[in-house]
Amino acid sequence: MLKVESLSYKIGNRTIINGVTISLRRGELLAITGANGAGKSTLISLLNGEKTAASGKIMLDGKSVQDYEPEELARKRATLSQHNAVNMAFSVEEIVMMGRYPYFTGKAREADQIAVSEAISVCGLTTFAERSYLKLSGGEQQRVQLARILAQLWDQPGGLLLLDEPIAGLDLLYQQQTLAIAKALTRKGFMVIAVLHELNLAAQYADRILMLKDGRRWKDGSPAEVLTALDIYSVFGLETEVVMSTKTLTPYIIAKEIRLAADEFNSMIVKEIPVKSQVI
Amino acid sequence: MKRKFIYIFLILSLLVSICFSLAMGAMEIPIKEVLLILGTKLGICSQVSEPQYETVLNLVRLPRVALGLLVGAALGISGAAIQGIFRNPLAEPGLIGISAGASLMAVLVIVLEVTVLSTLSSIVGYYLVAMGAFLGAAVSAALVYHLSKSEGRPNVATMLLAGIAINALCGALTGLITANADEQQLRTITFWMLGSLAGATWQTLFSVLPFILIPLALLPGQGRKLNAFVLGEKQADQLGMRTSRVKLRVVILCTMAVGASVAVSGIIGFVGLLVPHMVRLLGGVDNRYVLPASALMGALVLCLSDLLARMLTAPMEQPIGVITALIGSPVFLYILIKDKNAKS
Repeated sequence: MLKVESLSYKIGNRTIINGVTISLRRGELLAITGANGAGKSTLISLLNGEKTAASGKIMLDGKSVQDYEPEELARKRATLSQHNAVNMAFSVEEIVMMGRYPYFTGKAREADQIAVSEAISVCGLTTFAERSYLKLSGGEQQRVQLARILAQLWDQPGGLLLLDEPIAGLDLLYQQQTLAIAKALTRKGFMVIAVLHELNLAAQYADRILMLKDGRRWKDGSPAEVLTALDIYSVFGLETEVVMSTKTLTPYIIAKEIRLAADEFNSMIVKEIPVKSQVI
Repeated sequence: MKRKFIYIFLILSLLVSICFSLAMGAMEIPIKEVLLILGTKLGICSQVSEPQYETVLNLVRLPRVALGLLVGAALGISGAAIQGIFRNPLAEPGLIGISAGASLMAVLVIVLEVTVLSTLSSIVGYYLVAMGAFLGAAVSAALVYHLSKSEGRPNVATMLLAGIAINALCGALTGLITANADEQQLRTITFWMLGSLAGATWQTLFSVLPFILIPLALLPGQGRKLNAFVLGEKQADQLGMRTSRVKLRVVILCTMAVGASVAVSGIIGFVGLLVPHMVRLLGGVDNRYVLPASALMGALVLCLSDLLARMLTAPMEQPIGVITALIGSPVFLYILIKDKNAKS
């Protein structure tokens, strides 16, 4: 169980996160959404301890996160970051095994081996296992990182997965597959918080959606409650049409096309002057 | 399995080159004699060999080869560890100001020795330069480490930049002192800046022994943590690695090892940079293997370089730093080109 109470974070005088409260039960998948700069990633880095909140409390399983030992916390909470730069030629399997480092000191135990090979398999990386991480494409590298943090909590139902834009850069199949893995794990008691820009995927997979605007909670609730045309317009400034799928009873968002004329925003393009038909 | 073979290969090559290194020099000692004398010392056999062989071996070769092994191991393992925490394959202990601080202080001591420090010099004698060098290494590393802290945590990028600044400052001051040194001092300074194991005695060996053995014993234990650093510091923190502590520990241990090495042998370039690359090329990038293997490879490289330094123009001796750089740079270029081709 994760309880976050009126969390705030400031850089100088600028408030980035303002009194955000979250309550997440075991088995729930919470999607965080909001415009660029709304504070989504900052919220994730507050939750994973990378940044320290100016005020507020984060309680994980009834205990303040500050009271945990780092190793203990690493067995309860894992984060998939947006930026992952590896510059040494470790193999995919070695990278994923690093997710098990909080569990063993000398040699990997059998349980660690199993966790690694199963995480590799569910992320569709079995054929790459021996390959160097550096030789993979961006999307494949992203999946390796996902496999690593899955392996980190593989045998910890009740653990908290923090996913910062987990599907950015993934192809259509793995966008679905990634969220499907997260969803399936929540069914066994895991807690998942995922920053998602794709509102339709959030509607499809999340139990709840937290919409942020300027570092504050705009709305929190089921996808049907949060994803209304009015709320989306208020947060993103974009006109949409929201239809309710009769099959799944989840909202489906269709963005209205934005029409621009290039000569209105690019002064280097000569405005077209309507040419009068010339009579010879 | 492969790594086991590499360890065996390194250890065997090391033993062979130690034997050659002990046997060859201004006075040739047959390898059989070398083995006999060593065997007698270890109590394995008891055969009397020629006393002059024994004297040369005891007083000159053994301390020199042993010091070479220690310094090589120290430079190799520190290079690997520093590359690990900086997540940069081009990093080396020199980058965070350790070597520059050491040379500044050493040069200062050499120049001041005659005039100001003569009384002190007569008391501590040979160790004065060494102690100065070690102090310089420790102060500049501490300074760089302190400057790199932001929000209480050492930032690796700032550490690198602070290292460059401290290097430049120390370099300028060293240059200033060198420019104003007299002929005799210049010779000493040059000899020291190019690196040499010629000053090795049992006394120097024992004076640096703890400073090098402690890092050699403790650094390999950081392998797993340095592996996690490859993912990024933030990610390593998420794995419960206490990265700030790891950085502090690695910087202290490397300063001990490199500071002590520079103190007794001058500046021997390229070993810290090159050895970890060679090791990775042989058996992969896992730091649990790279750290101990770099110590072995460093010892091997320095042992062979010292042999070359003594033998190339015998009975004249060349500075070992020149040898390591002469061999090191083409090897390094070869690795770079190979790496580039593999990527494209």
